[in-house]
Amino acid sequence: MAAHATYSYDVLIIGAGGAGLRAAIEAAGAGVSVGLICKSLLGKAHTVMAEGGIAAAMAHNDDRDSWKVHFADTMRGGQYVNNWRMAEIHAKEAPDRVRELEAWGAVFDRTPDGRINQRNFGGHRYPRLAHVGDRTGLELIRTLQDHTIYLGVTVHMEYTVIDLILDGGRAAGVLAYDRERARFHVFTAKAIVLATGGVGRAYKVTSNSWEGTGDGHALAYRAGAELIDMEFIQFHPTGMVWPPSVKGILVTEGVRGEGGVLRNSEGRRFMFDDIPDNYKPQTASDPEEGWRYTQGDKSARRPPELLTRDHVSRCINREVKAGRGSPHGGVFLDIAWIKEKISDAEGHIKRKLPSMYHQFKELADLDITREAMEVGPTTHYIMGGIRVNADSQESTIPGLFAAGECAAGINGANRLGGNSLSDLIVFGKRAGEYAAEFAKKNRVTRLDDGAVDRAMKKSLEPFDRGAAGENPYKVQYDLQDTMQALVGIVRTESEMQEALLKIAGFNERAAKVGIDGHREYNAGWHTCIDLRNLLDVSEAIARCAIERRESRGGHFREDYPDKKDEFATVNFGTKRQADGTMTTYRIPLPPIPPELKLIIEEQKQ
Amino acid sequence: MKATFQIWRSEPGGAGALESYTTEISEGMVVLDAVHKIQAEQSPDLACRWNCKAGKCGSCSAEINGQPKLMCMTRLNSLDLTQPVTVEPMRAFPIIKDLVTDVSWNFRVKKGLKKFKPRAVRPEEHGTWRMAQRDVDRVQEFRKCIECFLCQDVCHVLRDHGKHEEFIGPRFLLYSAQLEMHPLDTDDRLADLKHKNNIGYCNITKCCTKVCPEHIHITDNAIIPLKERVVDRYYDPVTKLLRMITG
Ligand SMILES: Cc1cc2nc3c(=O)[nH]c(=O)nc-3n(C[C@H](O)[C@H](O)[C@H](O)COP(=O)(O)OP(=O)(O)OC[C@H]3O[C@@H](n4cnc5c(N)ncnc54)[C@H](O)[C@@H]3O)c2cc1C
Ligand code: SF4
Ligand code: SF4
Ligand code: FES
Repeated sequence: MAAHATYSYDVLIIGAGGAGLRAAIEAAGAGVSVGLICKSLLGKAHTVMAEGGIAAAMAHNDDRDSWKVHFADTMRGGQYVNNWRMAEIHAKEAPDRVRELEAWGAVFDRTPDGRINQRNFGGHRYPRLAHVGDRTGLELIRTLQDHTIYLGVTVHMEYTVIDLILDGGRAAGVLAYDRERARFHVFTAKAIVLATGGVGRAYKVTSNSWEGTGDGHALAYRAGAELIDMEFIQFHPTGMVWPPSVKGILVTEGVRGEGGVLRNSEGRRFMFDDIPDNYKPQTASDPEEGWRYTQGDKSARRPPELLTRDHVSRCINREVKAGRGSPHGGVFLDIAWIKEKISDAEGHIKRKLPSMYHQFKELADLDITREAMEVGPTTHYIMGGIRVNADSQESTIPGLFAAGECAAGINGANRLGGNSLSDLIVFGKRAGEYAAEFAKKNRVTRLDDGAVDRAMKKSLEPFDRGAAGENPYKVQYDLQDTMQALVGIVRTESEMQEALLKIAGFNERAAKVGIDGHREYNAGWHTCIDLRNLLDVSEAIARCAIERRESRGGHFREDYPDKKDEFATVNFGTKRQADGTMTTYRIPLPPIPPELKLIIEEQKQ
Repeated sequence: MKATFQIWRSEPGGAGALESYTTEISEGMVVLDAVHKIQAEQSPDLACRWNCKAGKCGSCSAEINGQPKLMCMTRLNSLDLTQPVTVEPMRAFPIIKDLVTDVSWNFRVKKGLKKFKPRAVRPEEHGTWRMAQRDVDRVQEFRKCIECFLCQDVCHVLRDHGKHEEFIGPRFLLYSAQLEMHPLDTDDRLADLKHKNNIGYCNITKCCTKVCPEHIHITDNAIIPLKERVVDRYYDPVTKLLRMITG
């Protein structure tokens, strides 16, 4: 069997979200040849959906802000199991990366004195999120896209990478297919950057698009790279719950940032009932103070609705379980109430949250300027991913780099809102820079024809089995149900052990999936290929979640509801062993230098 | 409740036809849900594009009962379900398979337009550009574009007259307007708009504005002001004279 075409680049980037595009810009700027592969059309990656903003301590709206406060906020949000060096680099470099976007044509909302406006967001001490209404992701991706197209980067759109191939232990190339004709394409490269985004599609209720099947995580894992922190998944507290077809679609935290409040069926603002001790000094003592905070009063403290996402999600979960939920199994998120406070509330809401207004109006027949929304937790983001060097973003495989959501370290146990978009541009840039440097220093790679051939044959097996094989959609649904029910927001050992058994069963079924029809644009076949990735990441999530016998950030164990010192200094790694099985192990956290420790302590007050 | 959909099916390079599918529907469903349901239950090789399912990415453009729309934002209860619902690909672009069209022309057009070229930060700005919100409102309206290309699909200059080689279409007139009206931009696109991009072909039918899912006032706010600038430059006798004198 022969591939249709082969391509060769110095740096090959897989993924055209914020991280991939930013990496491409940097690598192209370093004077190497760059290829970019993405599953969808350019500009459609998941990044386009981001709403709330980009976190960067530019201190435009509050001059008390600085990289130090941003660093400390990120570490506290991550419950101190973050990679401190990544958190430091991120906090220091984000402002320059945001200003650079402006130089490339981005048009952020403005402050009265004409600078980039910044908004409040959960877990950030000061207003820190540069934004454009509630469509910041669109602004980010379009700006990067429109900048990239003039740089001589070759873009392969609607190509999906199936396998990563090594040459003597070093990343050497990939095998991909194109959706249009379903032909195979082989790419060789001196350095490869994975920027493939998240894994939300492993769960039933998710804010992620079909692309979020953990491809980069799984490609790296199968090639022998280490993954870390896979137990840490972020369940965003506010996803739509009704109608069923939109369940999971995100309702931006910006709604709460603008004064929206959470209520249960009894009309109670239940978030005031459960404020964790380490956040008490920074949380409003009553609704009035919370309201003043959302309106920019610097002497006020934030309302409890803006506590970290993991906490808010669990509180909502608890209200629903206690029978105080909304009719469709969520709670109420009310922004309409602000008409008690400001005169033109309707116009204000439409101006500040235009796409939320639009989304509810068109998808749920609901006017958010008049009625409360119904919301509930949705699988949103994975903190875990490919283990990378903090400075260079190189994985444990030489020549393989990773950036954005598929890389891990910066977020620890929980990501703060807005820290992903900034992560994409800070570490996307670094990945591009170091990948280009690696490519300049190293020889051309060679792909083993046998390996390419085997990978092609394997991916076509579903056609041999035809319609008589297992239905891939069915296996995918069953996996999503299992992850949702057994490895979700609230976890216990026995349920997760059960999940592992089930995943083993799904693996057997996945080996028997069959598909009919032509290869071109065949969504059923694509599902067969994605399934492998989803199964690998699901297993990694479950295994790490079993090992972390405590509760921390996005990971909550009903059987171990408290934090434990024993786990405060470790990450969990996963890796594929020679016999193909998955192993999970502890990796001690690198010690924090004293000057950074001091910053953290100072900011605790 | 059941509903019937007539969906365009075609193989790459081959002719196509509408095929009927009947499926169970439930409250709140949009056309894209129905297409996905048919894909999962009856026809796994039915091709369509989508990403966000929330009207944010502009992938799922199609012609529903002949109207250019996003499949993910078209609720079934907004359609007459006593009749079969037709779902067809955008007709102004070559069809690849089923509902998927070849929109690569759009990406090529954009590459041919002059990029953003900002002025330097002025000393009195203290290190960072200053722009008032009211001065960027218009540009922000244009930047809401999700590149669904529905406006390109419906514009008669492209759809009926096939002027793809000469005319850039409403999407890229909008893109040019956004750069021209950007408070920091220093480049000049009027000559290109007149001679290369043929803004004159647009006769302001406003069909583009009507289908834009982002409700951008493409004609009134972007195309007409651009046309005015072109006219001011090239037809105004005083300006013309001045240009001749100053070169
Ligand atoms: C609704 C929503 C709102 C959000 N809002 C915010 C916010 O306000 N602020 C914030 O900071 N974060 C936000 N996030 C999170 C943030 O948007 C994402 O974490 C981030 O965009 C991920 O970017 P990325 O570049 O890593 O990957 P993505 O944007 O997901 O891009 C992945 C790319 O990889 C490609 N790819 C994947 N697999 C393959 C393969 N096998 N072969 C080839 N290509 C492949 C895809 O096609 C795509 O181009 C939000 C997320 C969602 C879902
Ligand atoms: S107004 Fe102009 S650009 Fe828009 S559809 Fe009509 S002719 Fe085309
Ligand atoms: S201007 Fe409107 S219709 Fe045209 S591509 Fe953009 S969003 Fe779509
Ligand atoms: S799927 Fe994104 S606009 Fe319809």
